[in-house]
Amino acid sequence: MPIWLDDFLWTYQTLIHSLGINGLLALSMYVVLAVGQLSLGQAAFMGLGAYTGALLSLHTGLPFALVLAGSAVVPVLAAAAVGLPTLRLTGVYLAIATIGLGEVLRVIYVNAEITGGALGLGGIPGRSATWIILLLLAGALGGVWLVGRSRFGRAMEAMRGDQTAAAVIGVNVPAYHLGALLASAALAGVAGALSAHSSTFISPDDYAFEAAVTILSFAILGGIGSPLGPVVGALVLTLLPELLRPLHDFRGVFNGLIIVLVVLFLPRGILPWPMTRLRKPL
Amino acid sequence: MTALLEVSRASKQYRGLAAVDDVSFTVEAGRVHGLIGPNGAGKTTLFNLISGLVPLDEGNILFEGRDIAPLPIHARAGLGIARTFQNIRIFEDMTVLETVAAGAHARLSAPFWHCLLGLPRSRAEERRVAAEALEALEFVGLADRAQTRAGDLAYGEQRRLEIARGLASRPRLLLLDEPAAGMNPHETADLACLLRRVCERGVTLLLVEHDMGFIMTLCCRLTVLNFGRRIACGTPQEVRTNPAVIEAYLGTKAAARLAARAGREEGWQ
Amino acid sequence: MFAQQLANGLVLGATYALFALGFTLMVGVLRVINLTYGFYFTLGALVALAGCRDLGLSLWLALPLGMLAAGLAAVIIDTALLTPLRRARAPELASLMVTLGAVLLLYSVLSMGLGTEIRRFPLGTLPAGAVMLGEVRLGAAQILIVVTTLVMVLGLWVLLSRTRLGLALRAVAENPDAASLMAISVPRMVMATSLLSGVLAGAAGVLIGLNQNAIQPYMGETMMLRGFAVIIIGGLGDVRGAVAAGLVLGVAEVMAAGYIDSMVKDGVAFTLMVLVLWLKPAGLLGRARVTRA
Repeated sequence: MPIWLDDFLWTYQTLIHSLGINGLLALSMYVVLAVGQLSLGQAAFMGLGAYTGALLSLHTGLPFALVLAGSAVVPVLAAAAVGLPTLRLTGVYLAIATIGLGEVLRVIYVNAEITGGALGLGGIPGRSATWIILLLLAGALGGVWLVGRSRFGRAMEAMRGDQTAAAVIGVNVPAYHLGALLASAALAGVAGALSAHSSTFISPDDYAFEAAVTILSFAILGGIGSPLGPVVGALVLTLLPELLRPLHDFRGVFNGLIIVLVVLFLPRGILPWPMTRLRKPL
Repeated sequence: MTALLEVSRASKQYRGLAAVDDVSFTVEAGRVHGLIGPNGAGKTTLFNLISGLVPLDEGNILFEGRDIAPLPIHARAGLGIARTFQNIRIFEDMTVLETVAAGAHARLSAPFWHCLLGLPRSRAEERRVAAEALEALEFVGLADRAQTRAGDLAYGEQRRLEIARGLASRPRLLLLDEPAAGMNPHETADLACLLRRVCERGVTLLLVEHDMGFIMTLCCRLTVLNFGRRIACGTPQEVRTNPAVIEAYLGTKAAARLAARAGREEGWQ
Repeated sequence: MFAQQLANGLVLGATYALFALGFTLMVGVLRVINLTYGFYFTLGALVALAGCRDLGLSLWLALPLGMLAAGLAAVIIDTALLTPLRRARAPELASLMVTLGAVLLLYSVLSMGLGTEIRRFPLGTLPAGAVMLGEVRLGAAQILIVVTTLVMVLGLWVLLSRTRLGLALRAVAENPDAASLMAISVPRMVMATSLLSGVLAGAAGVLIGLNQNAIQPYMGETMMLRGFAVIIIGGLGDVRGAVAAGLVLGVAEVMAAGYIDSMVKDGVAFTLMVLVLWLKPAGLLGRARVTRA
């Protein structure tokens, strides 16, 4: 590795980590939005992944790969419990049910002894190497992209356009809703574990309502034409407060404003171009 | 003649109001079957029952001898039932070619893992789908619009796109809900020609339409509904002379004429 | 002991019902989950508090002032954010998202301006006495809440079922397009609904603020979690269901805290909500419109 690159990585390690992690979170949001649903539980899934990962690392000698796998499984179970009954209902039911999930988990983190209570959990080993984070982001982006370009992606785009018409052409709408929600919970869980092993300290407030809204703002700013949109959205919204320090203090105002303005005036986000799947054969 | 679709004693109520009341009829394979009746007669509800958008209260629906009433919507597409909608439902943001390819969804089989890893099998299937979708577009005369955004098509073109999307699944039965609505006589004639060619391909058509000329030239059998009940069934000739049908239609027409006259007399514009 | 618990549960339930009344109305008539609802609740409490503390108004003047402020805020925010989306016939989740962004924005501005410390109504805003019913003790704030909830539920019921405005509102709730064909001005009904919901939220904010006597910007957000549970348990848009669900939730929370553990209390709403989603998605009374895919 050239010295300058090594230097660069060392200086900006925290920033690069949060770019990668936020990219993964944005992708997890994209997966749900891509089937025309809205989950407000991304921060909750992330928190579950973070606590699961941290506890596994602190109390067991499992290799990091297995810790990450565990951090994906637990949020998936929570997503199934909350999401299954809402699959056949309109999108607002999932949105409401997932808002509640975050709050109830917060109550548990604050009250349970093993999670360190309101003070949080410290001393988590810093196992999230930069390459792991970037590799997982690239892998997730590649996978979501390939699925999006396939017949599955076309079915999702159809559902977004008109759910009834999509069902009539043979798309199993509830199955897609469930699949997307579970995949999204797994991605958010892994992102949570990565962030816990990067910052080495987590607390219940990291996964509250505001975090959920921030994750949504990544996806909305980028637009959901393709999975690249949310990742770019995450990039912009992670870098911007670093470049403009005052934004740091007004984060809530800023993220809220972004959502309002983009939904009203730029409903397709800053990367509105849809994925091209089929070209006209010659 | 074999019955492709057999609706028997189907009933559906909305808040105690019978939308479809004890309706039975059979659609024979290879035919064009018309479903007619005044507004609110229950034609679209019947379509929704056949395609599974609303559950049946009573009765059953046999498709190729199999009871499809308990099946979810998407499974019916796999069996070979396709439909269009009265108020066009296309995927506005998709290209025309993609829309038709989406119509083939029920026939595609590349497993999820192949797609996730971008393996050759899924790519080969995508190439096949593109070729087939283009062929379907040529068939309905939209090939030159393949890369256009579906929402940007003209009204008549959107109607044809919906038909192409339905055909992409290679259906045995195609349900068409007022395909000629909003079309001028020229477009309607073109549509009749297109539907005849669809039928020649071995697709059975069940057609809801208000344009009587269109219905009479195209259909070999008709089922007439009024207030959710079947009031007649037979060849166009038989139906045309059926007293119950004349009363149902003349009744509403006479009422319309009376209302129009009353309006004029009051100076109402 | 049990009687007192039950009474406490019912009073708590009345606050939930009171809070959810306007929320249900919004959901039912406007068919949008407006997440800014909790903000109107906060606003009502803060305005009434400012009236009592800084202007020296009596509660009976401060209460309508808070209600009015909340109602106006609701109309302004709905007109600015949701009317354009309605006009564009945007998908229902777009309106949910825009209110989500707005609520984060509003709370952030509010807490930056006022700080997050807890404020209290001056002593003597309400009489200090209490009433004994047998062995059950009820404070003035509690009685006020129960009475107001009763009055408001009855008032809303009369409005919806006995007046022309109520008829028009129900027509809009049923089908806005058909309602506008019947010469009902849908935009005006939308405004009326926002105003009414905002006013109800404001009243709930003042009264619940008085009862808890701990007022801070995020109090509305905390209540919203109960609000979501109540509208799901009662059935989306079902006013009577919301009242029943509020009472059930209040009693369940007090009983859970009293007989299991006080820590369990905050999880009750979510647990009940998920149970209802699994077992009875159309709500307790089973009358909500549940659109299936």
